[in-house]
Amino acid sequence: MTPPTPSQATPLEVTDEDSAASAKPATLKGTESRSPGRLAWTRFKRDRTGVISAFVVIFFFVAGICAPLIAKVYGKDPYTTYGQNDPSLLNDFSYPAGPNGGMSGDFWFGIDPQLGRDVFTFLLYAIRNSLLISAATTLLVAFFGVVIGLTAGYLGGKTDYFVGRIIDILLAFPQTLFFIGFWPVMLTILVSPDEATPTWLIVVSLITVMTAFGWAPIARLLRGEVLALREREFVEAAKVTGASPARIIFKELLPNLWTPILIQATLALPAYVTIEAGLAFLGVGLSDPTPDWGVMVQNASKFYQGDITYMLFPGVTMVIFVVAFNLLGDSVRDALDPKAGR
Amino acid sequence: MSNTTPLLDVSGLTKHFPIKGGFPIRRTVGAVQAVDGLDFQVAEGESLGLVGESGCGKSTTGRLITRLMEPTGGKITYRGQDITHAGRKELAPIRSEIQMIFQDPYASLNPRQTVGKIISGPMEINDINPEGGREKRVRELLEIVGLNPEHFNRFPHEFSGGQRQRIGVARALALQPKLIVADEPVSALDVSIQAQVVNLLQKVQRELGIAFVFIAHDLAIVRHFSQRVAVMYLGKIVEIADREDLYENPRHPYTRALLSAVPEATVDEEPRERIRLAGDVPSPINPPSGCRFRTRCWKATEKCATEAPPLVQVEGNKPGHLTACHYPETTETVPAPRLSKDPEAAA
Repeated sequence: MTPPTPSQATPLEVTDEDSAASAKPATLKGTESRSPGRLAWTRFKRDRTGVISAFVVIFFFVAGICAPLIAKVYGKDPYTTYGQNDPSLLNDFSYPAGPNGGMSGDFWFGIDPQLGRDVFTFLLYAIRNSLLISAATTLLVAFFGVVIGLTAGYLGGKTDYFVGRIIDILLAFPQTLFFIGFWPVMLTILVSPDEATPTWLIVVSLITVMTAFGWAPIARLLRGEVLALREREFVEAAKVTGASPARIIFKELLPNLWTPILIQATLALPAYVTIEAGLAFLGVGLSDPTPDWGVMVQNASKFYQGDITYMLFPGVTMVIFVVAFNLLGDSVRDALDPKAGR
Repeated sequence: MSNTTPLLDVSGLTKHFPIKGGFPIRRTVGAVQAVDGLDFQVAEGESLGLVGESGCGKSTTGRLITRLMEPTGGKITYRGQDITHAGRKELAPIRSEIQMIFQDPYASLNPRQTVGKIISGPMEINDINPEGGREKRVRELLEIVGLNPEHFNRFPHEFSGGQRQRIGVARALALQPKLIVADEPVSALDVSIQAQVVNLLQKVQRELGIAFVFIAHDLAIVRHFSQRVAVMYLGKIVEIADREDLYENPRHPYTRALLSAVPEATVDEEPRERIRLAGDVPSPINPPSGCRFRTRCWKATEKCATEAPPLVQVEGNKPGHLTACHYPETTETVPAPRLSKDPEAAA
């Protein structure tokens, strides 16, 4: 029987371990600390793909936000039919008279066939509207997903069971078909047939319906994460000190969940951009006079045999944006969760 | 033990985990009898060691005392107040007095909070505003546990296992508790660090007069740390006694077997006889009838299978030395009292 006898070393004073640790703050000054967030930021900055994609994404957001400003400086707007006002811009077949879709010093990206609107400003406003809708949807989806997922995971039992079944149903639901099938019906209930549907109503209902379907995957993912986290000892430690469930969820668990939330959100946003554009193309959601990526592609699809440039601008910009955002999402994941590496 | 009301009084404490099964309707088909009728007291400032093999219900007991789990039966009384089924609101005033130190220093600290936030969290929850602010108190606590107070703003991942465990100790001390349940506080640490942390806990216990329920499977550490020791087997206490008494005069065969398994540190003495227990610990889902140890006991008879031995002061025991055995070991059968530091005490 050997009682441990290290007491001669007076371990509470100075040990190797302590002196090694106290050597560091001499340079770091103790108060400076490498939080998990800061470490992730350092890793992210080293990822070249991520940084470039981030710049591309920021460029798109700035372009969208500043669209009215840019349009003002540029001196055109997306609604005036320049081609109709100035017959020299369109030829007899109502295609742009100039080469490359009428690209010129006045109309940088050309004009659209038939109406002769300015493609550059139309595209700017399209980016603005698309990003507005998808960003709002992403935020709402993340919010509801987080709240529902955390609650279900933490409370468990019957709550978890019912939320789980709702998620199952939502995931099995054919979203696109629902949109195409019920959208017109829904709108006729809200708007009388003889008046035009206001754009704000379309935007709001679009965001609402996409959110209603979108929260399920995030909620399910977070529920699983919470199930794993809530058995950890630091949660028990908080319970022992008398923490309320709300405090445990928001102060103890949520900070540990920012990683999956951020990753999911960055991957969800480009998905909503494409979904929204797809719906607009199918005639659901935003429609012609309102600028939108999907609306542009839909318009262009009528003319691309005669005028490919008109299709090129919305198509290429959207591809660039979605690819950049997805790459950004990957980099964010790699930075936040280095162990998940590919 | 004193005659005054003990700090913590546990009687008949039981925890059964239901096993659900069956299809299509799920129902309870059995129960894991993790803890089955524990009786013990902890006096103020006293340290009670709780030893036993893996799966004998030590940790469950700790979590029942701190009310992280709901007991199935029995009674837990803290300073005369029944807290067996108290809700979160009723427990609030007691929460600050019973704290816990956890086994895994890597899981027991929130990786997203700074050390300062981790240690001041309990004060924030219980709305305690110490003189000079919480930050000052956190620095004091860091100093008490032997860490640099400048590490206030650091994150747990910047510390080693031993340092993390010290942070855990500081958090437990933040509320100035009267009782700390330490659930294997050193078993996840390197041997070289274990002693440091145990000595820290001992310093804390002596200087601040905090009572401990010290859960461990390492007999040497329990002996170093606890004034009284309870030995558990399959959810029951088989023997409880003062430290010297238990280590020098173990009466239960299981205690003897455990003590004989402690490795020797002296080379020049003859090797001691080791009792090797045959077989595994029986399943707590379906524990043996009568004495739970009988399936592995070399003394077991018919009586052991039919009659569960009560935890009593068997003949030849000092007061406070309780043993649950029909055929307790006698002093003569104990191999040379090499377990003692003082040979005369064993006589």
